[in-house]
Parts: sequence; C-alpha cells; structure tokens
Amino acid sequence: MRYAETGFNLEVDLARGNIERVATDPQLTELHLGGLGTNAKLFWDRVPPEVGHFDPENLLIFGTGLLTGTPAPSCNRTVVSAISPQTRLFGFSIMGGFFGPELKRAGYDKLIFSGKSPAPVFLWIHDDKVELRDASHLMGLGTLESAEVIRQELEQPDAAVSSIGLAGENRVFYASIEQGRSSASRLGLGAVMGDKNLKAIAVRGSGDIHIADPARFIGLCNESLAFIKHRDKNPLKGVMPILAGLGSPQEMAIDDEKWHTENFVWGNARVRRKGFWTEEVADEWTKTMDSMRTRLLSCFNCPMKCGAAISVDTRMCSYMMKCFSKLTYTMGAFSDLEFGLRIAQKATEHGVDAFSAPQTMAFAIELLEDGILKDSDFPGMPADSEGRFYWLLDRIVRREGIGDVLADGTYWAARKIGGGAEEYAHNCIKKTEQLPLKLGMLNHMYFLMYCTGEKANITQIEGNFPQVPFPTREENEDWNEDWPQVPDERFKEWFRDWELRGDNSIPHYPSAEASFEIVNWQEKMHYIDDSTGMCAGLSSFPYKPPFHIHNLPTLISAGAGLDLDEDSLSHLTRRNRDLVRANNIRRGMRREDEKPPDDHWKHRFPELEQQLLDGYYEFKGWNPDGIPTLESLHELDLDYVAEDFLQRGILTENDEAPAGAAAADGEES
Amino acid sequence: MSGPQKKIVKRIRIDVDKCNGCLGCEVICSASHAMPKYSSNNPARSRIRVIREPLSDIYVPVFAGEYTAAECAGRDKYIIDGKEYEDCAFCRAACPSRDIFKEPDSGLPLKCDMCESDPSLDEPLCVQWCLADALIYEEVEVAAGDESETVAELDAGLQALAHKHGWPKVRDAVDRMKKN
Repeated sequence: MRYAETGFNLEVDLARGNIERVATDPQLTELHLGGLGTNAKLFWDRVPPEVGHFDPENLLIFGTGLLTGTPAPSCNRTVVSAISPQTRLFGFSIMGGFFGPELKRAGYDKLIFSGKSPAPVFLWIHDDKVELRDASHLMGLGTLESAEVIRQELEQPDAAVSSIGLAGENRVFYASIEQGRSSASRLGLGAVMGDKNLKAIAVRGSGDIHIADPARFIGLCNESLAFIKHRDKNPLKGVMPILAGLGSPQEMAIDDEKWHTENFVWGNARVRRKGFWTEEVADEWTKTMDSMRTRLLSCFNCPMKCGAAISVDTRMCSYMMKCFSKLTYTMGAFSDLEFGLRIAQKATEHGVDAFSAPQTMAFAIELLEDGILKDSDFPGMPADSEGRFYWLLDRIVRREGIGDVLADGTYWAARKIGGGAEEYAHNCIKKTEQLPLKLGMLNHMYFLMYCTGEKANITQIEGNFPQVPFPTREENEDWNEDWPQVPDERFKEWFRDWELRGDNSIPHYPSAEASFEIVNWQEKMHYIDDSTGMCAGLSSFPYKPPFHIHNLPTLISAGAGLDLDEDSLSHLTRRNRDLVRANNIRRGMRREDEKPPDDHWKHRFPELEQQLLDGYYEFKGWNPDGIPTLESLHELDLDYVAEDFLQRGILTENDEAPAGAAAADGEES
Repeated sequence: MSGPQKKIVKRIRIDVDKCNGCLGCEVICSASHAMPKYSSNNPARSRIRVIREPLSDIYVPVFAGEYTAAECAGRDKYIIDGKEYEDCAFCRAACPSRDIFKEPDSGLPLKCDMCESDPSLDEPLCVQWCLADALIYEEVEVAAGDESETVAELDAGLQALAHKHGWPKVRDAVDRMKKN
C-alpha cells in the first residue's frame, strides 16, 4: 500500500507513441519525497549533460508533490522539469491549479515525456485509459482556447488541461505551460513541450488518494485552517498590506500598489518612480480592477484567493490572472493597469512568461531608442508604447522578423544583436530575467540567495525572515512574541538586534554566520514545499505561515507513512537541494555564474561579497567553486554523484572538503 | 392539538458569488465519509459537488439530495445575469441523467447527511472548510405540514388506486407489503 502517492509513473515516448505505466521504487520516496526531489533524481539518472534543451533525449516531466491531492490545504502543486532553453540548466517551474490532484486520482505521480512526436499530438488520460491524439486542429490556438476545444471534443467538461500556445509551438525561450488558473511559466518549459510536438495534456481521474495516519493528518489540516482564519482576521502589524497576510501577495484582492509601483523599476528594469502612486492613480486603478475583476479564485483545496477571473470586454471570464502578472506589462510599457490586464489576456493565450516577456519587449524598445536597433528592424510598429507592446508580442510568439531574435530572451537576443546590446540585458541571473528591482544598500542575505539560487525567482528562495527590521527594537521584540515558525531561538535574537541603520544594519548585520543560517532556513522551506507539493503561499513564502519546520515532518509522515522528524527532513531536503545542484554542476555551472545583476544594488562591497560567498559555500558543504564536496555527497547518500564527478574530473580524489563542511547541520548551536 | 406545528430544518445557505472554486468542500466531504474516516479522499465520492465552468464564471456548489430512479421528463436551464447554467445545474438529485452523487464502485446513490454524527458537529464539515463563506450553516424553524391535509391526500390517493385496480388488489398489496 502506498500512501499520498500512487506508486506509478506514466512514461510516454513521443517518438514511438509508446505509453507505459511504471511502478516506482518506494525507497526513492524515502530518499527524496516526490515533486522536485524525484524529478531531480530522474534527470540525474537519465539526462546526461551532453543532452541539449531541444534534443529528443531531454525529458519533460510533470511531477506531482508527495502530498498533492491530499486534504492538506494548498497541496496541489505540480513540478514541471526540463533542461531549460534559457539557462541550459536543470529547469523547474511549479504550478498549482487542478492538474496535479487530477493526475494523481487518475493513478499517476508523474508524467515523463521523452522523444519528439512526428506530428502534433495531445495526451488524454482518463484513469487507466491513456492515448495520444491528433492535435493538428489545435495548432495556433491559444492556451485556454485549445483547452476548451479539447474538453468539448472529449465531452469532458471537468478535465484538467495543461497546454501551450503559439509561443510554445514556436519554441520561444520563455514560453509557458498554462493550466487555466495556474501556469508553469518560468524558464521556457513550454518551448520544450512545443519542441516535442506536444500541444496539450488533458487528464481526468476518479481514484482515491490514501492517507497513512488519517486522524493525525486531518488534525493538522484542521489546525492549519483555524490558524489561517486567525491570520485572516489579524493581519500582521507594521508591514506593508501586501505582506501582512498569507498566500502569495494578494495582488488580485488588494488595490494599493504603492509598494510595487514605487519600489520596483519600470521599463527595461531601469526607472524607479517615487511619488508615482498618487490619489488619482489609486482611484483609476481601483476602478479598473473593480470593472475587470469578476471573481477571486483559489487553486485546488486552498482557502487563499491569489488569482482572479479577469473580464476583457465580456461580463464573464476571459482568463484567470495570477499574482504579479498584474503589473509586469504595465510597468514594462510605462502604461496603466487597464493596459496590463488587457495585454495579459493575449499573453496568457499565447503562453509566455509574464516576467521575461515584458522585460524583453522593454529591452527591444530601449535598444531602438539608443540606436542599437533601427526603425527598419520594426517595420510597421505603432508609435505609442501600448501599441508597440502588442506589436512586439505578436512578432515574438510567431518568431517573425525581430521577434525571432527577441524570442530568445534578453540574454541570448543581446548576443545575437551585438553592438553593445549585451549591456542592455542587465537584469539576468544565470541567463534568465529577474524581478525588476534596483536598490541602494547591498543586502548580504539577498546577495547569497541571488547567487546560489537555482530557481528562476527570488520569490522561490526568500520567505519567512523579514526583509527589513522594524524601526525600533521594541517592535522587533513584539514581532518575536508570536513567532514559533523559526527553527530555534537564535533567529529571534538575530532579528531583535537588527537595525535599519547603524552598527547592526546591512551589510554587516546579521553576522555572516547568522546570515548563512537565515538564508539556508528560507531556502530549505522552499525545497520542502517543492517536494511535497504544498504551495509556498501557506509555508515557505509569507511571514508566520501555518506550515513550518515544526509541523511539516508530522504532516508528511502522517500523510505518506514515513517516519520523519525535523532533523531527518532537513537532511533529506539537503539531499534534494544538492541533487538539483549536482545536475547543474554537471552541466557546467560554477561560481562565476553565481552573481546578482551588477546594478542590483548601488552600494556594493566586492571583497565582503566574496568572503560571504566563500563562507556560505563552506556552510553548505560545497567547495570554493560551489561544487558539493565528496564528503558532503557521501553524507547525503549521493555517492553515485561523487563517482560521476570523479569520472568527469569535476572533482578529484585529492579535493579535500573545506574545513567545517558539516556546518550546514548547525555547528554553531 | 393547538397551534401550528413547527420543526427545525438544517440548511446550508449557498452564496455562489463567494465561491472561489477550490473544491475543498468535495475533499473534506469525501474524506470524512471514507472508511476508516479520513483515510482517503476522492471528489467522485463526495456528497457535495461544485458545478464549475471557469470561463463562464460559473461556480455552483450543490449537495446531494434524494435519489430518483428516473430522470425528469423535461430538463431545466437557467440563465441568470447573462450566465447560462448547464442543464439541471441546481438540481440535487442522484439521477440517471448524470454521474454525480453516485458511489463510483457500486453506483449506489449518495445523499448528504449533514455530517450527523455522535458527538454531533457544530456545522457540517464542508461548511467548516469553506473559509470563503460560500457555504453557511443555518438551523431554521419552519411550519410542519398540517396532519389533516396529509390524511386527506392519503384518502384521495387510495381511492384513485382502488378505482384503477379494485379494492381487493389494493388490500392484497397492503397485506403483502406489511409482511415484508
């Protein structure tokens, strides 16, 4: 009997049209849980570094989290993985919605696609019945359009459908996979799906999902719901409204956008507009939202309302918006909210990532303004900013003219364009566009997160520790009063003594050692979520969440029938984290790739930054080049990785692990 | 007897405008009716289902009512505020015309029991799990039907049967049913 998971994957060889249901080894669950952990293991085993992003051997995996589909609130996530056309590394993008629970009820933990289909197809899974069907009539259709056509064709109105639009079909490097309420947007996994000639996946499942220790499990679920109710009635004091609640930032429900519009940068991640959020703007944007937002929406079994149905020229629902795509087009084009909500509808149908797409379009406009690209590169482009964005979006998703270059994203496009264009692709880490943030003083904890993160977004690394201290020590102490989520009391001490200015402020306080612990804790919580399928919005992302390191081991154990405590869950998570890194190290990622954009902060401290990175690598059990040492790989039962590293000359037998490599388990305590 | 009869009716007030479409009601309903309790969940076994059409902005939680052996002679279709609801969207019956409210393994009809249990719950679980307040539990006092009306209805019904089949057959049928 397998609990929480089904114990079966579906292997789909698109080249031959062969489909097999394959039993999985329960020991892999004990070692890696599910989701990202087991995805990373499959990539390690089956996708060597010689395989490129558009090679048939590149796998495309849809992996549900271990607890996805169980009654634990917000456990609905599916981790999509492939070698990314943008980063050329092991890419993963995580979506909520309804797809994962449906897949699990159909009887599968993962879908594993290999090869390329000779003709366009979609996969239809209805419990035990699985078939590849012709998709030639769907080509060119939008993501939501094709999902609707499929549901009607199958006469299955409740089938969950993941699909790509024109962008994925044309292998735009930042094409998304859309699923109605949610999407796997980052890192161009939709391009890999398009390259495989896979237009969509539809799934309907009617099976049971089992729980090992029902009473204990449901007890924790009920506690979490009570806590969420409590938090809803009592928003956190002293922080921005957008940070005061749970979930991902409640962009759809909250109209006050002062924080994002004045702190994030506009255009090609350049211009900070202090004083932008006037009363007139607030009024106009609130009216826009009131007239276009028809309903707040949740993902499967989650009480948060992070999404919304948006109506464009209809009283119903034109598309479902997620979180921060609300502002990315608006700010990229220096426009208003109505433009943002309108173009996002087209962008969602075409299936592009809402961070990379507007940034790439703004990058093109800047190159034109500065004479690196010419008017002749943009034949027929309208003169107004909004018109230009619509024009560019259309060219990009069709890969027509300049759109064919821009479809590769700012990093790769700049190298094709040349003539100094590289300087304009200034907001990338590991070749992918980041949140548009440009700040003053180096935050050394964020420096470490940006450097070592192997996810596309800082939001998937940061989380439970406040971004800044309160103005007074008393307020810090108040915060500490009600903060059981911290791993131990030291975190409260570090926070208590933290100051906005003076001796105890960034970049010198919290101390290097404390910073390592704080950064590691935040990242660890995300890696736990990514393997269980719990949404970061109830766990690793917001302040003071219902799920944390003290109750997650019990939840996972009771759900899946495992025997985990805080230490063993932390150890397991470190294994998953290093296996993700091992995939990337094998693909050539090194220390030189681990840096934030040069202009992310105005005040930089090169020497301090290098000391911090040295120290954090050591803390993590990685050598000075960021490679997990033989010793730490052995501790994590990853000797097979060590062996591979030795064979490839990535490490040598004499490569002694740096002193204190075991500190990641908390030497200081 | 004096004065009109009263009885307490348990009611779930459903505010479709507040539904966020999470389906948590289906999860907890099916989990709580699993044996052993909470050992599995499966919306196909749930006694509450959300009729969803996201692109039409339609979200209607419906909880299972009576079983009916035959579907209606005609169907209904509601259009409210420009939204066209699917056939029978608001109907609570387990009915041959559709798949919902049938135990998937046996095909037997499912019916909401308002989570009656010992010890009793303050509210049905679907209501407890709906943090959006789309489902609100209420106990309302309503007039109980007049006893004399019921007797008159019974008399009329029996006379109609006797008229059709004759008294001996009706008497035989009653005797046979009593023995069973």
